[in-house]
Amino acid sequence: MSSVAKRALLEPVVDNNPVTLHVLGICSALAVTTSLLPSLYMCLALTVVAACANAAVSAIRHVLPSSIRIIVQMTIIASLVIVVDESLKAFAFETSRELSVFVGLIITNCIVLGRTESFASKNPVGLSFLDGVGNGLGYSVILILVASTRELLGAGTLLGYTILPSVADGGWYSPNGMMLLPPSAFFVIGLIIWAVRSWKVEQVEKPEFQIHEVHRKEAL
Amino acid sequence: MGNYLELFIKAVFVENLALSFFLGMCTFLAVSKRIQTAFGLGAAVIAVQLITVPTNTLLYHYVLEEGALGWAGFPDVDLSFLGLVTYIGVIAAMVQILEMVLDRYFPPLFHALGIYLPLITVNCAILGGTLFSVQRDYTMTESVVYGIGSGFGWALALVGLAGIREKLKYSDVPAGLQGLGITFIIVGLMSLGFMAFAGIQL
Repeated sequence: MSSVAKRALLEPVVDNNPVTLHVLGICSALAVTTSLLPSLYMCLALTVVAACANAAVSAIRHVLPSSIRIIVQMTIIASLVIVVDESLKAFAFETSRELSVFVGLIITNCIVLGRTESFASKNPVGLSFLDGVGNGLGYSVILILVASTRELLGAGTLLGYTILPSVADGGWYSPNGMMLLPPSAFFVIGLIIWAVRSWKVEQVEKPEFQIHEVHRKEAL
Repeated sequence: MGNYLELFIKAVFVENLALSFFLGMCTFLAVSKRIQTAFGLGAAVIAVQLITVPTNTLLYHYVLEEGALGWAGFPDVDLSFLGLVTYIGVIAAMVQILEMVLDRYFPPLFHALGIYLPLITVNCAILGGTLFSVQRDYTMTESVVYGIGSGFGWALALVGLAGIREKLKYSDVPAGLQGLGITFIIVGLMSLGFMAFAGIQL
């Protein structure tokens, strides 16, 4: 694999992660992170849509008039999402009911439109496809992290298998019910961002307002 | 009347689109730095929600649903798989029309909302409101109430967060949490607060 292709694929996973760095695309997804299985399907769905949409937009980039490009991109994305939604209904009906409206909401996921607009409309098909996969992976990493934390701490299970035997079943772990409620997803993401930025220090945002250190004497 | 009020309260607080369904998060985090802009976007979202949710619900019941085309002589046609494309098309068109109407008749409001209107097309809260309304099989009146309620709830959360963030910039946040990180934690706390309304029965 050439270095350019490798970069398009791997850079969005940590260094240029769409979720933690650009605040894109968390909208439609966090609600499904109470357990791991639907999250995995969600990741798969988004990665497929992002990769195919990128490839399709890139393939028509020379013939597409720029004045109508947004609506054409939206139509491509919406058609792909319909395909994904219908295939989920056909092959994974239970999970698709759990995901309910959130598969449909991939249409308005900013990662997909953001990548087709900023990357695929300027780059060749193969590279755009890889970029789509890479951004899908970057999103998946965060989603899977959040989902496994919430399912493990909230119910003591992973993918339905018991990891931490709960008190109710005679084990030692008393599940943290808050992890199954919406607020915990925000806390977990906040902490993940903190962790990533402690590791990759260059991602830290500058404070808007600098607090000056005041010596004790001056303050008095 | 009572159940409409209950639906409204539920849409605003308990099932808040931003805080319990995480919808419209991208815009929610990006535009919540100043109260004034938050107000503008919030008002625009309420207006668009009020128009698009009932329109899409009507479209679903009279055109897309299985057997809905009976009035046109096609009782066996099921177009519900076209739902997503239709909704997003309607939303984009509505936003465009609203923009032109405001520009023609209410120029001050148009200039105040200006840049936020086009952004709304890709706001998941709008599409989410429509999808929920269709999925829960709301009637025409219910969908109007739900449209206003969900838009209002989203706007309320947005303005609230903007208020907190305006004060927050003077506080001493650890370097790694600066900006995005601390914002997420605050949204989590707000979400906890909104969940306190969950027990309300009218």
